[in-house]
Amino acid sequence: MPTIRQLKRRITSVQNTAKITNALQLVAASKMRRAQDRATQGRPYAEKIQGVLASLASTGEAGEEDGKHPFLVQRPVKNIGILHITPDRGLCGALNSNLNREAASFVAEINEPVSMVAVGKKGRDFFLRSELNLAAEFTELGDYPALTQTQTVAKVIMEDYLNGRVDKVFISFGEFINTVNQQPVIKQLLPVIPPEQADGEADDALTQEYIFEPNPLLVYERLLPRYVIMQVHSAILESAASEQSARMVAMKNATDNASDIESELTLTYNKVRQEQITSDLLAIVGGAEALLE
Amino acid sequence: MPLSVEIITAEEIVQTEENLDVLIVPGSEGQLAILPRHAPLMTTLDYGELIFRRGTNETSFAIGGGFLEVHSDKVTVLADVAENADEIDAERAEEARKRAEERLQNPNTDQTSVDLARAQASLQRALLRLNVVEKRRRRTNASSSRG
Repeated sequence: MPTIRQLKRRITSVQNTAKITNALQLVAASKMRRAQDRATQGRPYAEKIQGVLASLASTGEAGEEDGKHPFLVQRPVKNIGILHITPDRGLCGALNSNLNREAASFVAEINEPVSMVAVGKKGRDFFLRSELNLAAEFTELGDYPALTQTQTVAKVIMEDYLNGRVDKVFISFGEFINTVNQQPVIKQLLPVIPPEQADGEADDALTQEYIFEPNPLLVYERLLPRYVIMQVHSAILESAASEQSARMVAMKNATDNASDIESELTLTYNKVRQEQITSDLLAIVGGAEALLE
Repeated sequence: MPLSVEIITAEEIVQTEENLDVLIVPGSEGQLAILPRHAPLMTTLDYGELIFRRGTNETSFAIGGGFLEVHSDKVTVLADVAENADEIDAERAEEARKRAEERLQNPNTDQTSVDLARAQASLQRALLRLNVVEKRRRRTNASSSRG
């Protein structure tokens, strides 16, 4: 049996830990709400661009073999680029290790040389340890990355692709499904796979009667980079939302666990205290009896 | 049927308006006025001023490039940047313009091309804002002296 003093000290330390995890949980919860809002606010824009791109792709006008936009051309693949998006910080449960494991097993299956672009410290550190070729890194984007920041990331990727340093680019990030569920996802970013048409009826009208100014090809050429930027942007925002919700859940579990431990320790503490009182009383009563006789 | 317009940027829905009489946008091929019953149109936008009118009421936005879609009297503006002219701080824009011009005129040796590009972009943004504010002021002055 531990002594009363030891128990008391442990209880205090568990209580302090619970205070910290509880505070972190509250902070993560409020950040999560904002991060989620931001992730959903960009959606109308992304959907619109996707819709226009889909209908343009189906007209075929912009897909002529000779005049094809470089973002659409399938080149022989010699080098592969991966954009790996992770949080900067830990204390978010298994999210970081899940993301890194998923990306590592993806890389292991590739025969071509891989160059990484890392967003977030956790992914960067992981791939530095595994000695992969790190082409660029972006850290400290903050809790709510702005478009100006994510745009820079996308531009680095597009430049590498246009220069021929990489022939295919994948993007790996934590998809936000709901508060308790985040899924590591790896998608092809470049060359662009034209999105499927979401609802055929509305877009059929689009392809048939639309006037394009100055011409479809030019509109297409300006849309494609925007599309890539938006994909990167929404992936980074979604990762931010995933990070905060993973942290909130992890911290909630930690707080719950701490209060469990605390009540267990308090129970033991009380038992030990009562035992001690009982034995003290026995000693006193025994002493008094002895005096009487 | 009156027009409805939605101004969207990558980060948020900036404004939605209904029952408009006319919408004037800075198309990449020149300024472009959209009236009700316009044919379906998809075009790219330039830096410039976007104006919509409802009766004599007029609202103006600074638009920093993007796309415009017109379909059955619904106009969607996918802007890279959009800012309501009333919310533009002319003094701040003026300061930003000075800063950017200075940076472009005396380039440091350690400046990269990225820095220059950034200065150029911020100059462009500042000029756009100032331009829109200036135009707006002139219009409101003209109409108030008339009335």
